[in-house]
Amino acid sequence: MAGSIKIRARKQGDTTTVKALIKHPMETGLRKDKKTGKKIPAHFIQEVNCEHGGEQVMNALWGIAISKNPYISFQFDGAKKGDTVKLSWVDNTGESDSIETEIR
Amino acid sequence: MTSMKRRIFLKGTVAGSAVAVGVGAGLVAPRQVLAAWPKTAFEAEKVQAAIEGLHGTALTEPSDDIQIKAPDIAENGAVVPVTISTGISNPDSISIIVEKNGTPLAASFQLASRAQGYVSTRIKMGETSDVIATVKSGDKIYSARKQVKVTIGGCGG
Repeated sequence: MAGSIKIRARKQGDTTTVKALIKHPMETGLRKDKKTGKKIPAHFIQEVNCEHGGEQVMNALWGIAISKNPYISFQFDGAKKGDTVKLSWVDNTGESDSIETEIR
Repeated sequence: MTSMKRRIFLKGTVAGSAVAVGVGAGLVAPRQVLAAWPKTAFEAEKVQAAIEGLHGTALTEPSDDIQIKAPDIAENGAVVPVTISTGISNPDSISIIVEKNGTPLAASFQLASRAQGYVSTRIKMGETSDVIATVKSGDKIYSARKQVKVTIGGCGG
């Protein structure tokens, strides 16, 4: 699932704001296929993790109620411009992806 | 003819090994991470049970220091933007709960000490409901709620 994340990290004042968009179907497991009437199996991101300087700053635990192609934004202190932040996700089928970006 | 067979054989082995690698990764990755994923909280069908599964207690204290930014009326329940910000010092986690969803708990953001009390995402809502935000700080759990009217549900098809 390489290339599934779009990310931007920007520092203003002391605070770094990270915004990310992930391409993912986020299937709840409750929907039915209209043609076959069979349930579409659940396929959703369970965990999104953000690291800066080898330290975890944010760890999101998600359920099925997060929208398709999820958006996530959060803020943290203690970073410098030019630092690297790493964002990664794992879904319930074990698929995962990660991306690194520079704080601007 | 022989070369054709050889090609098919090669294709088969390459595909086979790719599958094996995929399965291997699939078996290892979720086990490492899923330890932290609170299954009971996410599968709970009542708000109280979800909060209890998440925080260990269902006791919350209403707080004015939690702001929920969400539309008053959401036309499409499949994509409802929600932003939670709080002035409560040292928030350990911010969670989003949709009262009338089949499984109310939508997300729980675990925050490190240098993270700010701010998270934003987009959620699905099945019907008009209160959106509840809980903020854990130390031993205390604070909560706030805001009603969002949904004209088209986001669950089911």
